[in-house]
Amino acid sequence: MTTIVSPVGSAIARANSDRSGALVGYLPVGFPTLDASIDAAVALVENGVDVLELGLPYSDPVMDGPVIQAATVQALKNGTRLGDAFRAVERIRARVDAPVLLMTYWNPVLQYGVDRFADDLVSAGGAGLITPDLTVDSGADWLVTSDRTGLDRVFLAAPTSTDERLRLAVEHSRGFVYTVSTMGITGARADLDAAARTLVTRLREQGAESLAVGIGISTAEQIAEILGYADGAIVGSALVKALADGGVPAVGRLAATLAGGTAR
Amino acid sequence: MTDTTQTSTTPAAPTPDAAPSLRAEAGPFFGEFGGRFMPESLIAALDELDEAYQLAKLDPEFHRELAELGRTYTGRPSILTEVPRFARHAGGARIILKREDLNHTGSHKINNVLGQALLAKRIGKKRLIAETGAGQHGVATATAAALFGMECVVYMGEVDTERQALNVARMRLLGAEVVPVASGTRTLKDALNEAFRDWVANVESTHYLLGTVAGPHPFPAMVRDFVKVIGEEARQQVIDLTGSLPDAVTACVGGGSNAIGIFHAFLDDPSVKLFGYEAAGLGVDTPQHAATITKGRPGVLHGSRSFMLQDEDGQTLDSHSISAGLDYPGVGPEHAWLSSIGRAQYLPVTDSAAMAAFRLLCTTEGIIPAIESAHALAGTIELGRELGPDATILVNLSGRGDKDVETAGHYFDVLDEQGNART
Repeated sequence: MTTIVSPVGSAIARANSDRSGALVGYLPVGFPTLDASIDAAVALVENGVDVLELGLPYSDPVMDGPVIQAATVQALKNGTRLGDAFRAVERIRARVDAPVLLMTYWNPVLQYGVDRFADDLVSAGGAGLITPDLTVDSGADWLVTSDRTGLDRVFLAAPTSTDERLRLAVEHSRGFVYTVSTMGITGARADLDAAARTLVTRLREQGAESLAVGIGISTAEQIAEILGYADGAIVGSALVKALADGGVPAVGRLAATLAGGTAR
Repeated sequence: MTDTTQTSTTPAAPTPDAAPSLRAEAGPFFGEFGGRFMPESLIAALDELDEAYQLAKLDPEFHRELAELGRTYTGRPSILTEVPRFARHAGGARIILKREDLNHTGSHKINNVLGQALLAKRIGKKRLIAETGAGQHGVATATAAALFGMECVVYMGEVDTERQALNVARMRLLGAEVVPVASGTRTLKDALNEAFRDWVANVESTHYLLGTVAGPHPFPAMVRDFVKVIGEEARQQVIDLTGSLPDAVTACVGGGSNAIGIFHAFLDDPSVKLFGYEAAGLGVDTPQHAATITKGRPGVLHGSRSFMLQDEDGQTLDSHSISAGLDYPGVGPEHAWLSSIGRAQYLPVTDSAAMAAFRLLCTTEGIIPAIESAHALAGTIELGRELGPDATILVNLSGRGDKDVETAGHYFDVLDEQGNART
C-alpha cells in the first residue's frame, strides 16, 4: 500500500512548525471577474495565506451566508463556468506555490463526472476538494476516485456530529478535517462559539492530526485564539467582503492582517 | 431428491408473495434515486427525525392521534365526486374526483403537516419552519403551529409573495412570520435553501416541516407515508362506488406529494395506470417550464438524487409555471424511480391547457380547482379521449382555487389591472 502524501496536510504541518498554525483563505472563482479572482487569490498567498480554498459558484449554496451568496450569484451572472475553476487553479499555481483546494457542492461534480473532474483538477495542479454537502457515508464514489488520483478530500465535522460520525470524518479526510465552529452558515461573527474548542477536543480523541476551524472567523485575534488549539483557521466571508468593497489591494491587506494571527 | 418432488415444488416457487411490493420502499433510496446529500451540521437532526419517525410508525397511539386529527380537524375521509358534465369533454370517460380541496386549509398539504407537527411535538421541538410556493403548505404549517402552540416561520420566494398575496395574509393572520426570500431566483427552490439555512443555525429548537416528497432522507418516505391516506381512502371509495378498480389514476406533479399520495395505494395494482402531469408552462420546447421528468436529467438538488432541471454544469435552471405550487425545478425521488421502472408515466401540461381545464371544471361542475390541480384535469381530458367512454379515471383534486381567483380573474379578464371586477 502506498501512502498518499497530502499537499494540504504538508502545508498545514509546515505552518505549525514555523508559526502557530495555518491560515486557510476562501474566495469564489469568477468574482468580481475571473481575472480579478485569480489576482485576489494570488494576493492572499503573497500576504501569508498557507492554503487556498477556491469556491465553485453554485446556484443553490445551502451552507453559505449572504456575503458569499451575493458573490457567487455575481460570478454566475458574469458567466463563470465549471471549466473556469480548473483554469483558475492552473493560473494561480503558475504564480504561487500554496496548495489549492476547490470548495464545491456535489451536483456540479456529478454532472461533470466524478472521475473526469478529479483528473482535470489533477492536471490543473489542484490539491483536492472540500465538499460541504457530501458526507463520508454518501461519498463512496469520491472516496474511490480521490484514492486513485491522490487528491485531498476535506469532510466537515459539526458540533452536532456523533462520535461515530466524527471518527468517519477523521478517518476519511485527507489534508484536514473542516471543523465547523458553530451551528450555522458561513458569515463573520463577533463571538466564536465555545463549541469550536469542544469539537476540536472531540476530534482529537478520534485521532485527528490535522484540523482547521472555519465559519464565523474574521479577525487576527480570533485566529490567534483558534490556533492555540487547532492546526488551521479558515476565513471566507470577511475576505470576500474585503474584495467586494476594496478590490485586490484590500483583500491583500486583510490577508496580511489576518496572517498576523498566525505568529507564535 | 427425485424428479417427482422437484416437479411438485417447482410450480409453488413463484408465489404472489415473491413479487416484491412497490409499496414497501422506505428510503433512503428508491432504486438509484434518493439518498442524503446534506451538510454534516444537519445530519444529526435528520437522524433524530428518522429515529423518531421509525418509532412513531410502530406506535399505535401516534396513528390514533393522527387519525383523530384527520377526522375532527382536516375532515377525513375526503369525499369522491363524479363529474359527468366535465367528463363529456374528456371522451365520455367516467371521471371521479378525490376531493382533497375540501380539506381544512384547502388542499392535501394538511395531511403531511399534521403528521410532521405531531412528530415534532414528540421530539420536543418548539418551532416549525417551512418553505412554500403557492402558499398552501405555508398556510397548512401556520395552521398546525397555531393548533399545537408552536412558533412558525415560513420562507417564501419574493416572486411568490407577490403572486400569492392572499396566502401571505392568511399565514400572518394565523400568527406565522412570513419571510420573503430575495436570494437566487426568488421562488420555491430558494425558499427551500433559506429554510435549510435557518435549520442549520437553529436545529436544536426547530423542526423543518418540508412540504413535499423531496429533500434528504427521511423526508421523501415520511411525507409519502403521511399523504398516502389519500389513495388508501380513494381506492376503497372507488371500489365501493363502481365495483372495481379505476383504469387510471391522475395527479399533478410539482415536488410530487399529492401525486404520490394518491398513487401509492395503487402501486401493486398493475391494471391501474398512473399518470403524473408536470407543469409545461409556456411549452416544453421553450425554457419556460417546470417539466422536470420530461425535460430534466438526474442530479442532486436539496439533498436527494432525482430528476432536475439543470444546465450542463449542474447549475439549477429557473422553472416556470402559472401555478406557483408546481414551479419547482426538482421532483421527489420516488417519482423519478416510478418513472424509471415504467410504473408511472409523467407528461407535460401547458399553462394554457391547465387554465382551460380550470375554467371547464368551474362552469360544468361548480368546482373552482387550484391551478395546480387543473394540470391534472387537463391531462385527464386528453387521457379520457384516449381511453374512451368505458374507462374510469380517478383524479386527485389536490386543492381548491380560492387562492387563485386573482390569477384566474386576470387570465380570463374578469378582473381589470387594478384587481377590480370588470363592469
